[in-house]
Amino acid sequence: MSDDVILKVRDVYRTYDIKGGMFKKASRLTAVKGVSLDVERGSTLAVVGESGCGKSTLARMLTMIDAQTSGTIEIDGLPIDISKTGISKEMRQKVQIVFQNPYGSLNPRQKIGHVLEEPLLLNTDMPAAERRDLALQMLEKVGLQPEHYGRYPHMFSGGQRQRIAIARAIMMKPKLLVLDEPVSALDLSVQAQILNLLADLQEEMNLTYVFISHDLSVVRYIADKVMVMYFGEVVEYGTRDEVFDNPQHDYTKTLFAATPRADVDSIRKRLAARAA
Amino acid sequence: MTNTSPATKADTSKLETESRNATKAQLAEFWYYFSQNKGAVVGLVVFALLVLTAIFAPLLAPHDPDFQYRDSFLVPPFWEEGGKAAFLLGTDAVGRDILSRLIFGARLSLLVGVMVVTIALTGGIVVGVVAGYMRGAVDTFIMRIMDIILAFPSLLLALVLVAILGPGLINAMIAIAIVLQPHFVRLTRAAVLTERSRDYVVAAKVAGAGHMRLMFKTILPNCLAPLIVQATLSFSNAILDAAALGFLGMGAQPPTPEWGTMLAEAREFILRAWWVVTFPGLAILITVLAINLVGDGLRDALDPKLKRS
Repeated sequence: MSDDVILKVRDVYRTYDIKGGMFKKASRLTAVKGVSLDVERGSTLAVVGESGCGKSTLARMLTMIDAQTSGTIEIDGLPIDISKTGISKEMRQKVQIVFQNPYGSLNPRQKIGHVLEEPLLLNTDMPAAERRDLALQMLEKVGLQPEHYGRYPHMFSGGQRQRIAIARAIMMKPKLLVLDEPVSALDLSVQAQILNLLADLQEEMNLTYVFISHDLSVVRYIADKVMVMYFGEVVEYGTRDEVFDNPQHDYTKTLFAATPRADVDSIRKRLAARAA
Repeated sequence: MTNTSPATKADTSKLETESRNATKAQLAEFWYYFSQNKGAVVGLVVFALLVLTAIFAPLLAPHDPDFQYRDSFLVPPFWEEGGKAAFLLGTDAVGRDILSRLIFGARLSLLVGVMVVTIALTGGIVVGVVAGYMRGAVDTFIMRIMDIILAFPSLLLALVLVAILGPGLINAMIAIAIVLQPHFVRLTRAAVLTERSRDYVVAAKVAGAGHMRLMFKTILPNCLAPLIVQATLSFSNAILDAAALGFLGMGAQPPTPEWGTMLAEAREFILRAWWVVTFPGLAILITVLAINLVGDGLRDALDPKLKRS
């Protein structure tokens, strides 16, 4: 098991200094407090928690958008500490991100083909024709048509845009894909399509996912391991079944209890409770 | 990796058509919103006529703009008593044909507009993008300088600059460009500030885009809409300012047929010969109005806040 760990995070902290004003003292906000985790190659780690608990900050550190304040991150044996070493092309090819809002994550003035080719253009010396072939293959792989190549993002639906965002993320064949609530902005039927696409891609390309979400039904469907965060700390970390069947921490229990139930029995029970 | 490559030579042309169609659709949408504004279309037509006039000035003008007809000083327009058919809009105090001078003056006015907007726009965009993208001390430094320039009344500052540089049309253009530039800087910076934290910028960064690419290739195209509107409005402003400088004797020097300079030369004949001041004034008015109308239409077409959907 220890051999095939692709993402190794040890005791990572991230603090933000909040500048003081005339009436306010300077303070320090710790968004992520001592997170440690291991993710095995080809598996999915789901990170769950309420808004503002540090999930997205963790994602930004994993994808090298922000640097960690302290602690170590290791992706595929490569130590990541961008505040000290900067980002190399090699590091960039290991990890990519898919954002929550497919309406904001695509450049409105960039045609889809160029969106997909951009990572190749920036990181490789591939000739234009080859780049285009790869982009077209990728379009097909994520379930879009070749004629979508020359269109602008506003001509697509939310689900299609999220497919494009996923395609862009896997253009460089990363080892690790961080998905920051990739389906929470989509409606239910499209969510299922995107989740199935992600599952297919994972199998095909042996991708490792860090899946950030607050939707427990989605997590239950896709995750191998689950990590629950609460105010920047990890309060629960284990396999999916462990966490769902036997939650240890109070917050996790509350979180599960807060999930609305829509099965017939629970609706009957609720109606009975109301009638009484 | 997959055996089926969809990019066979056969459908390469199909892809290109599709790509062109997408571009065309964008233009069509732009034209739809622009043409909703009737005033803008009228303005565009007038402006187009003006550009044609300027280009074909030597063919259109009935006389040499600088030639003095010694036998016809201050001839009134042809419909007035004493008017001559040879001088449709009359002549000025030294016997030059006003219509010809106006036609040639259109060239100068458009040149002033184009030059000033080009200088102010390029400078403003570069400085504004840098300020908005870098933030911090650089931003503060740049914006304070711009605030200082904005604190002066624009024409006064232009006058001072011309006084330093020396009178003349080129120097007037430079002065007006410097005066107009802070507006572009502010506008660009504001647009960049809203765009730089958007997800697509972060995505481009994660894909490996450098600062230059992020600034000018990723962010800038999304900030252009307000800049285009401001550029058209500045175009008319520049023409107006150049005319004002000309009128004050600091812009184009006589005998250049510049509209503002023509007004200045005709100042003493206002009561005796109304046509020497009216026609250059009208030319300035119509040009500025037409360009402002176009600017309004562009705003309708480009401002996402005014768009449906």
